[in-house]
Amino acid sequence: MDGIFNAAWIVPIPPFLAFLAIILGLNRNKRGTTLVAVGAAAISWILGWGIAFASFFTGHFGEHPIDQALYSIPTGTSEFVIGYAVDPANALMLFMVSFLVLMIFIYSSGYMTFPGHLSTAAYPEAAAQGKDPRYSRFFAYISLFATGMLGLVVSNSLLMFFIFWEIMGLCSYLLIGFWYEKPSAKAAALKAFMTTRIGDAIMLVGMIFLYIRSEPSSLRFSELFTAENLEQLAHSTANVPVIGAVPWIAVIAVLIFFGTIGKSAQFPLHVWLPDAMEGPTPVSAMIHAATMVSAGVFLLVRMFPIYEYAGEVSASALQFVAFIGGFTAIFAATIAMAQWDVKRVLAYSTISQLGYMVAAIGMGAYVAALFHLLTHAFFKALLFLGSGSVIHGMEHGFHHAHEHGSHDAEGHDDHGHHAHVVRRSDGDLNPEDPQDMRNMGGLLQRMPRTGWTFIIGGLALSGFPLITAGFWSKDEILASAWGGNHLWVFGTLAVAAFLTAFYTMRQIGLTFLGKPRSEGAIHAPESVPSMTTPLILISFFAIVGGWIGIPEYFPVIGGIVPNWIEHFLEPYMEYMHLHAHHLGFDIVPLATSLVVALGGLGLGYVIYGQGLKEGQIDPLSKLLGPIWWAWHRKYWVDEFYHDTIIAFTMALAKFLALFDREWVIDAIVNAIGRVALWLSAVLAAFDRIVIDGAVMGLGWLSDQAGGIARLLQDGRVQAYLLFGLLMAAVWLFLNVLPLIMTLV
Amino acid sequence: MESLDSIVLTVILFWPVVSALLVLLFGSNDKLIKNGSIVASLLPLGLSIYLLTAYDFTVGGMQFSVNAEWIPQLNASFHLGVDGLSVPLIFLTALLSTLSLFYSAGVIGKRVKEYYFLMHLLQMSMLGVFMALDYVLFYVFWEISLVPMYFLIGVWGGANRGYASVKFFIYTLVGSVAMLLAILGVYFATGTFDILEAAAAQPFADNLTLASLAFWGLFLGFAFKVPSFPFHTWLPDAHTEAPTAGSVILAGVLLKLGAYGLLRIMLPTFPNASVYWAPWLVALGAIAIVYGAFVCVAQTDLKRLIAYSSVSHMGYVVLGIGAAATVMTPEGLANMANVFHLSEEAVRNSAVMAINGATLQMFNHGLITGALFFLVGIIYERAHTRELAKFGGLSSKTPYYYAMMMVAAFASLGLPGLAGFWAEFFTFRGAFALVPVWAAFGTIGIVITAVYILYRIIQSVFLGEYDATKVDHWTTVDGHHADGPTDMVTFEKWTLWPLVAGMFLLGIYPTPLLDFFNTSAIELMNFVSSLS
Repeated sequence: MDGIFNAAWIVPIPPFLAFLAIILGLNRNKRGTTLVAVGAAAISWILGWGIAFASFFTGHFGEHPIDQALYSIPTGTSEFVIGYAVDPANALMLFMVSFLVLMIFIYSSGYMTFPGHLSTAAYPEAAAQGKDPRYSRFFAYISLFATGMLGLVVSNSLLMFFIFWEIMGLCSYLLIGFWYEKPSAKAAALKAFMTTRIGDAIMLVGMIFLYIRSEPSSLRFSELFTAENLEQLAHSTANVPVIGAVPWIAVIAVLIFFGTIGKSAQFPLHVWLPDAMEGPTPVSAMIHAATMVSAGVFLLVRMFPIYEYAGEVSASALQFVAFIGGFTAIFAATIAMAQWDVKRVLAYSTISQLGYMVAAIGMGAYVAALFHLLTHAFFKALLFLGSGSVIHGMEHGFHHAHEHGSHDAEGHDDHGHHAHVVRRSDGDLNPEDPQDMRNMGGLLQRMPRTGWTFIIGGLALSGFPLITAGFWSKDEILASAWGGNHLWVFGTLAVAAFLTAFYTMRQIGLTFLGKPRSEGAIHAPESVPSMTTPLILISFFAIVGGWIGIPEYFPVIGGIVPNWIEHFLEPYMEYMHLHAHHLGFDIVPLATSLVVALGGLGLGYVIYGQGLKEGQIDPLSKLLGPIWWAWHRKYWVDEFYHDTIIAFTMALAKFLALFDREWVIDAIVNAIGRVALWLSAVLAAFDRIVIDGAVMGLGWLSDQAGGIARLLQDGRVQAYLLFGLLMAAVWLFLNVLPLIMTLV
Repeated sequence: MESLDSIVLTVILFWPVVSALLVLLFGSNDKLIKNGSIVASLLPLGLSIYLLTAYDFTVGGMQFSVNAEWIPQLNASFHLGVDGLSVPLIFLTALLSTLSLFYSAGVIGKRVKEYYFLMHLLQMSMLGVFMALDYVLFYVFWEISLVPMYFLIGVWGGANRGYASVKFFIYTLVGSVAMLLAILGVYFATGTFDILEAAAAQPFADNLTLASLAFWGLFLGFAFKVPSFPFHTWLPDAHTEAPTAGSVILAGVLLKLGAYGLLRIMLPTFPNASVYWAPWLVALGAIAIVYGAFVCVAQTDLKRLIAYSSVSHMGYVVLGIGAAATVMTPEGLANMANVFHLSEEAVRNSAVMAINGATLQMFNHGLITGALFFLVGIIYERAHTRELAKFGGLSSKTPYYYAMMMVAAFASLGLPGLAGFWAEFFTFRGAFALVPVWAAFGTIGIVITAVYILYRIIQSVFLGEYDATKVDHWTTVDGHHADGPTDMVTFEKWTLWPLVAGMFLLGIYPTPLLDFFNTSAIELMNFVSSLS
């Protein structure tokens, strides 16, 4: 049984080999690509689940987690170890990630059909096959992405974690910009990379400080989280400019947290994630559910001992984390209330839910954060893939309408762009936008499998009581907030949970209920089985995933199923000297959970349960007026960044380029050159007039010199210097040759 | 093998001269010159690989040494030797030289004989700098390297080549004069031109003023070459105007001569002055990183952009060397350990990591920027323009080119998993331990680098819609008319693959290279205490 743990380093390898195989040879063969990529994902899944289940069934696995070296890098007299680790926390992640990756790969093979924005004339071959012309490239990218995420999970040190983290960043850049002909996709890709890069740069600083200050100097988790090291980090202080003396551990915790702020799209670096919707939908599921964004929270889970010790010596460090998480949760939830794009609602919802997890870490609720991370990954992947299926159906619906409609004279390969935009008081509407929920309605009839699985995912997100996974994990976070006496956080998260249930119901109502509001919705077909089967499989986990964490104290059903996740993690927490927060039963958080979930869903159903009528303005926008508009425009954060940070960076770049080339540095260099020329002209004049005038007899010589100078100006300087150089070389060689002779 | 070890350096060093003379003998047969040169350059390449495998870094120190009388009147000797620092750089020189000769065979049509003659001489001079352990020898090779480059720019360069070549020549000549004065100072103080003996004698150890003068003389000479901010403006002109292979050699190897001089000569010979002036080095390095990156963002010419990126990337080298310079003496070490509450062992290891970062950056920058300049040349041969605004949407038109550029560009950006990352990481690891404020300033460069790589290069050349009207006249690489951009051809692929493969391998497994650099960095950091 233990042997399988030593295979953990192999888990990320198959997708990497698939990536290489596709870019090096398979890129023309779409069938081969599918086979290799999905096959590789399947191998990783089998291996990943093998390791995960082996750890689940190893008694007290957390007491002796695995940490093995593969090779090392010399760092002075010490070494940096590269290796892999298996412990309860990453075994759970491995379970989730390897499964979702496989599902997403299978789904993609159905999803990546010929996209609407390209012209079929430009890519006749791909259009004939009905596949995206860059189908193989897509699978290469997501294979590398899978490598990044699986590698990150099995990393044994923060540095390796960071390496895979950045590789995912690259892949998300490539994938968001996948349809790079669209200016919006191109811009979104850049935005995603740059925004996360800012967080990563700060995280890198924190990581390097951790490396420097740890004893022994290391970034290996097993060496970082010893009681002695954490103690000394907590009790040595850094002199931070402006702030003063701060425990090193708090400095490091806050700096590393910026990595999470970037990657998990927390305020104020959240702006990239909604725009990341420009990528194909499976990418959204990869980035927003299974992999990249949850990596940010997983970073906090991984580094949790640092945060706990930091909280003990400097409460404000943890409060900062909790504040950012709580604020982001409610901030993003309000924005999600007023979006029309089916994927954007989910994107803001993701930001909000990640805020939940971050807040949980800030309150010291380790198990709750990890638990919500896992359940959210399943139901959010389900929702994103479901939304992709909806978009796909809508696109086909519009296409169908055009082919059989009255006005197909101009050939509507890229239909979305020609449509006339309707001005509305709740935002402009493109009546042929397959992603705008105002064009949908009644899709449950047309797409039942997609519809019902989406509703399951939506209910889980809302925290529908008892049945769904989301209820249990969200409830645990609320209970931790209440039990830990973090009342402000509790209140914020409760309101955010209410909003979540409300906008989820709004989304379900607008999309699936009521009457169709466009040709696309009327003709939308159900998606192919390769897309709907993953939906059905994932929806299973969106429900039962929560049953592994039912608290024992829970009325009536508590104790029927043991609180498995806590039992599994507890030995590991003890191993890392963490305090397990055992909560007793309290009616307040439970009642709150029930009220906000059911209240939000209920109110949402009252308002949006029958969808909208055609042309009807969002009732909430009428009610709330400018507040709704502020939500709709995302509080103008993008505009603010554009006019401040970006404008400043570009202006500074221009200024420095001119400083370098025109104004200062080269100006000085050229001035020196001119002075030298001028000086030589003066000297030459002096030579000619004064000396020549005085010493007539030397005039002849001076003429000769002028002749040589003219020769040099004739462009024969090369020949001369070449000759000189050759002579020098020969001379050197003749001098050295005897030496060689004596040596040999 | 014993006899091979005693002559291997001499053979590597002078074989290019033999090749150069053979080029002259071959007369006017261009094809023979090209092929002969490429084949001839395989010998130093092979022998440099032999050096990599045969260097015994468990023993460390100078190996394969040659020390013979050369100019007794001057007290100058023919002293060669290599250690963990120079062996990888010699390999880099040989590799880039072979690739440059190989690539040039496909694109150089005018004055082939002179071109190849100069390329061989250039290679000899660079190898000489990395091997010389005698100041006179070092200086001779250092100066010789100027001349072929001057002609390569001046004859085979772009439109503004006259200005660029003179600027290059004058700039570096000024630096050379400063260096020569410092070398003479060292000679008068120690009575020897031997680099190792002079360092062991510690000239001006008790006179900080004189030591500082000599230190700055050397530093100026090396800094002009690196080039360190604010002595860098020859570089964008020279790089932009040079022919492709010239840019590759210039960025790939010639810049490293300066950084090599800092490590080989300046730090060990003037440790007290190094400690004293280290903050200046650190500041110049950190400013170069950030300043160079910002200037890149505003560039509109692809080649000039990559040239400026060298200013930024060589800033890491100066930052790392400067950070290590703060603890070159035992007193400096004790002081830093005290200030930062770290053990002396931890401080010394941090300094070693700073040097490791700097030396890795030297090597990796050679691979990465070498590849980038080849890639610029490849597109220029087809589009006959380097204006970024003229490109767009090439990703699907030239996928092979796109893939190669992505690897090189992201390696340049410091993406983990590719070679550039380790250099940046270890530089910062060392610098944050010793000079945290300037290191923190330097991290701005990490973000801005991403801006110019992605926003300037990738976005504007490869993404977006392809617009056939923007470039006036596309041709194939051999000058025939083409309807649009054509993808890389075989000889271009062969040129790029060794570099790209190196970026991957060293990104995943940097240990073999670091074994060399780490050995010599430890020796350097222990140098002063080993003297007493």
